[in-house]
Amino acid sequence: MANGAELTLDPLRLVARSSLRSLDHVGRFSFLVVDLFRGLPEWRIWVSRTLEQAVAVGYGSLFIVLLVAGFAGAVTSLQTGYQFTGTLPLYYAGAVISESMILELGPVLTALILAGRIGARYAAELGTMRVTEQIDALESLGRSPVSHLLLPRVIAGLLVVPALTMFANAMGIVVGYMVAKGSLGLTYADFEYGARYFFRPLDLWYSLIKSYCFAGAVTLIPCYIGFNTQQGAEGVGRSTTTAVVSASVAILVLDALTTKLLLGVK
Amino acid sequence: MIELLNVSKRFVDNVVLDGVSLTVSEGETVALLGPSGVGKSVTLKTINGLLRPDSGDVIVDGLHVPRLKRKELSQLRAKIGYVFQYGALFDSMTVHENIRLGITDETCYADDTYCENRVQEGLRLVNLALDVAGKYPAELSGGMKKRVGIARAIAGKPKYLLYDEPTSGLDPVNADVIDGLVERLQDELGVTSVVVSHDVRGSFRVADRVALLWQAKIRAVGTAEEILASQDPAVQQFLERDLEMAVIRESGGGVRGGGADGHHV
Repeated sequence: MANGAELTLDPLRLVARSSLRSLDHVGRFSFLVVDLFRGLPEWRIWVSRTLEQAVAVGYGSLFIVLLVAGFAGAVTSLQTGYQFTGTLPLYYAGAVISESMILELGPVLTALILAGRIGARYAAELGTMRVTEQIDALESLGRSPVSHLLLPRVIAGLLVVPALTMFANAMGIVVGYMVAKGSLGLTYADFEYGARYFFRPLDLWYSLIKSYCFAGAVTLIPCYIGFNTQQGAEGVGRSTTTAVVSASVAILVLDALTTKLLLGVK
Repeated sequence: MIELLNVSKRFVDNVVLDGVSLTVSEGETVALLGPSGVGKSVTLKTINGLLRPDSGDVIVDGLHVPRLKRKELSQLRAKIGYVFQYGALFDSMTVHENIRLGITDETCYADDTYCENRVQEGLRLVNLALDVAGKYPAELSGGMKKRVGIARAIAGKPKYLLYDEPTSGLDPVNADVIDGLVERLQDELGVTSVVVSHDVRGSFRVADRVALLWQAKIRAVGTAEEILASQDPAVQQFLERDLEMAVIRESGGGVRGGGADGHHV
């Protein structure tokens, strides 16, 4: 704030400063990822904590993930009926619902929900531990914050996010079918025919790979931001919102990238 | 032995330490005095490697701290107990788990019986009841948190103890209790200690020597008598302000090693 005049009047300096800041973040984030790999041999420390974290974030997020996936399946089903009735065979609805859930809605909606739930939780927890010197205390005891705090959270996320994504896919498809049956009069045989007709095994792999990429964004970014929190309670609040926003943006960018790379869309 | 050699540290444009040199001999307790925000805690954090100095060297137990690799630093830290200003207790753990985490030897840490005994011993040394072990930090008062912080710091049987403002934020009675505790631990454990404080009276009570950190530099070092006899205007200004407060709070209290007991108040 002391340099407010410089910040507003010199665009070149602004660009240079934000570039340097971005490079600083990229460098520190890379070091954090390297540290995580270096912490893997200390499995005695992180395994039990990982299980605790996985239960806490996985079980705690199951209800909201299933709820959102169910509504996504229902709305997809209704909109498919609205657009296709009278123009395309009804079994197409089975394909649209199942493919939409597996390829896009299941992974992306789950990741966005978890960016809010897990991302905010991780950033706030680690940020509070940073500003109350708990992380310094851990280091001063000769213990690694990476294997005690970061690895359990990241690995728990990598276990939980893909699993929740698969549950979301299933929930969305089931609810989508039930709504299509009720509102469009779609039979199970038609639904199954449509779903099978357009299904390729790659779709499921794509969904899974995508969810792993999203899991990385949902865990690593909030952990990095929370771990580097500064300036007390205000800093924790800032870290939490920054973590959720950054993870959400990263999910959308990764969504576009994985679609382009994995599905080979030109 | 702890040696700070010409240590400098700045945060952006703010010079916190400017060529600070200080030696703490084996078994000695040195109090690092100074006004708030003068860099006392930064000095302490450079000793155990939580902060790396911009220039200069820090030597602890014969090891050059800024040059240590990660594993070597962890091994050194296992010999240094650190008492944080606000306790820095892990709030998701009980007092027992907090103190146990202070046992830095992994073989001992894995031994439940050893840990149980060590936790009980720690609680006894800091005058806390055994039933405190099952409580969470949120259930403790400020003074109790500080004492648990001290118990955690000594659980690993450290060779060095660093105290960051052990009495700040406490009422005079509790501050006296903590000062007495620091003094007693010093006598019972014989560790080399650095006590960061802005409480002159408490520092004179617990320390063999006192160093005054003033405007990023060590302004004076000596025994309590030498500091009290200093003609340096900055030293006098700092002492007068703080000792007046001490007179207001209460009279009495001694100076470690005798001699000046009562003269300064």
